[in-house]
Amino acid sequence: MEQFLQQVASGLANGAIYACVALALVMIYVSTDHINFAQGEMAMFSTYISWQLMSWGISFWIAFILAVVLSFILGVVIERVILRPLHNAPVLSIVVVFIGLLAIFNSVAGAIWSYLIKEYPSPFPKSSFGIAGVIGPHQLGVVLVTLIVLGLLFAFFRYTPLGLAMRAAAQNPQMARLVGVRVDWMLALGWGLAAAVGAVAGIMVAHIVYLDPNMMAGILLYAFAGALVGGIGNPGGAVLGGFIVGVLENMVAFAGNQIEKTTGIYIIGNGEKLTVALIIVIFVLTVRPAGIFGRVVVKRV
Amino acid sequence: MTASTKKWLWLVLALAFLVPLLRPVLPDLVSDYRLFLVSTMMIAGIAVLGLNLLTGFNGQISLGHGAFYAVGAYTAAVLMDHLDMPYWLTLPCAAIVCFIVGYLFGLPALKLEGHYLALATFALALAVPQILKYKWLEGLTGGVQGIVLNKPEVPFGLPLTEDQWLYYYILIVMVLLYWAAANMLNSRSGRAMMAIRDYTIAAGTMGIDTSLYKTVTFGISAAYTGIAGALSASAIAFVAPDSFNIFLSIKFLIGLVVGGIGSLVGSVVGGIFYVLVDNSAQALSTFAKNDLGLQFDLSAYTVFGILLIVLMYLMPMGIVGGVYYLVQGLRSSMRSPEAKAQAARKQHATR
Repeated sequence: MEQFLQQVASGLANGAIYACVALALVMIYVSTDHINFAQGEMAMFSTYISWQLMSWGISFWIAFILAVVLSFILGVVIERVILRPLHNAPVLSIVVVFIGLLAIFNSVAGAIWSYLIKEYPSPFPKSSFGIAGVIGPHQLGVVLVTLIVLGLLFAFFRYTPLGLAMRAAAQNPQMARLVGVRVDWMLALGWGLAAAVGAVAGIMVAHIVYLDPNMMAGILLYAFAGALVGGIGNPGGAVLGGFIVGVLENMVAFAGNQIEKTTGIYIIGNGEKLTVALIIVIFVLTVRPAGIFGRVVVKRV
Repeated sequence: MTASTKKWLWLVLALAFLVPLLRPVLPDLVSDYRLFLVSTMMIAGIAVLGLNLLTGFNGQISLGHGAFYAVGAYTAAVLMDHLDMPYWLTLPCAAIVCFIVGYLFGLPALKLEGHYLALATFALALAVPQILKYKWLEGLTGGVQGIVLNKPEVPFGLPLTEDQWLYYYILIVMVLLYWAAANMLNSRSGRAMMAIRDYTIAAGTMGIDTSLYKTVTFGISAAYTGIAGALSASAIAFVAPDSFNIFLSIKFLIGLVVGGIGSLVGSVVGGIFYVLVDNSAQALSTFAKNDLGLQFDLSAYTVFGILLIVLMYLMPMGIVGGVYYLVQGLRSSMRSPEAKAQAARKQHATR
């Protein structure tokens, strides 16, 4: 039983990370209908920036804030410079550009910081923190930090005029423009926020998966799965989907282990995590593309 | 295809067949290493051709063709390793297996469009190395270690080196596959494929079975890429799960984009291109370090990434398409004034 609780807890910690990346994906999807395949690599790059700042002697939390701010600027710049001219381009062109961004971030990070796996510190105190035996201090810290970030974002979108303008720009760009919202800048801001949230996820997960240029590949896949489960057009749903997928991932591995222990037959384990995500992605896409909370969009021909 | 491009194709083909025979005369120029490099380029060309059949001619985006390449390579490797099958017999087997896998993946893909299909295939590409390491398959696939194979031997006592024979073997396969693809595209089925790409609903109203065509195209495309994988398994004589990662699929994509989406010649050019950049990455990196004063290594993927983005802006038709239109434009502007006047008169008369 204790093992089971442990698995649920670590699933929630992973789920918090997936929720952040899923939210970043949804923020871009809602406003531009694009799926950002480079989201994971952008988060990885931000994490490297924070690592670099720390190695220059800056303390963790200041490096954290600086990296998040830098990622925000990077996100805005990418939207303004690279994606703006492609607003009406065919889907294939946009997908290709995202894949190009992915390749650039991955290879540049590898070139600057090498492909060697690096340790990444945890900012949370080792003891007197967390619930002994069930959840470790870092995992609890991750959940707390991501919940704070998600809460801030919620408050931003719900209670500030700028948040309202951004929601308006995403929902109905033409009408928003008519009432004086600068839609183009709102899209860029959305990109910046997505990059910043991704950076938080990357920095929080780096202690668990270690720092290397390919660290986000699996996380991105799970974030996709989470976003799809919750509904890729629904921010709240995506966050919940991230948590669901995080717990599910650990449950599947746990069940696989139990089956192997009792019957001796290996079916599924930690080695198949990405395969599980693939199955979730394809299953949701084919059975219920709108996700649990999404609305079914009817297209006019 | 115009007569003049056909002439060029024949010329290139003749050169491709004759040049390796110059080896005794020019041993430095036609070295075994170079032949091997060209062989890998041709393999890449076949793989990109497969992707182009799906994305370029049928309009279905795939970021996961590395998966079918892996299936082809592993089918060939397992057959050679466990059943001692001759290398040339593995090609049809890999094609059949990949066709089935591609067809099956095409079924859920029917419900997906644009971004969603890209997402599903992207997920597939990410998961491939893990699937290949699956414990139950370890007996067949050799797990993380992969499978070590033998290089194809020269048959009939032909006076060729191993690499020369490999070159001819791959060249013949590529020419056959290219010919088949060109014929298929120039037929009723090919036109149906392209009609689906251009306007699926209209194609459906004209009586084309869109689901059937889409899934079968997925299968054929996977079979092409799978054959390329099988060829690479016997050329490199080694398969391992981690070489079939997401970046393999990205390489196919760069081949597709550089060569030109929806161009057969372009596919081969694209394949040649990415192998070339991949292989000259070291030289490129030293060039960037010494001559451009860059502080760090430049990897091939940085070049790929920048090219992907820049090409989407400047030449969405790819390099082959871009050059083609450039030449066409030049020709029409260089036409003599008399011919132009004549053409104008003709137009006037028919009106």
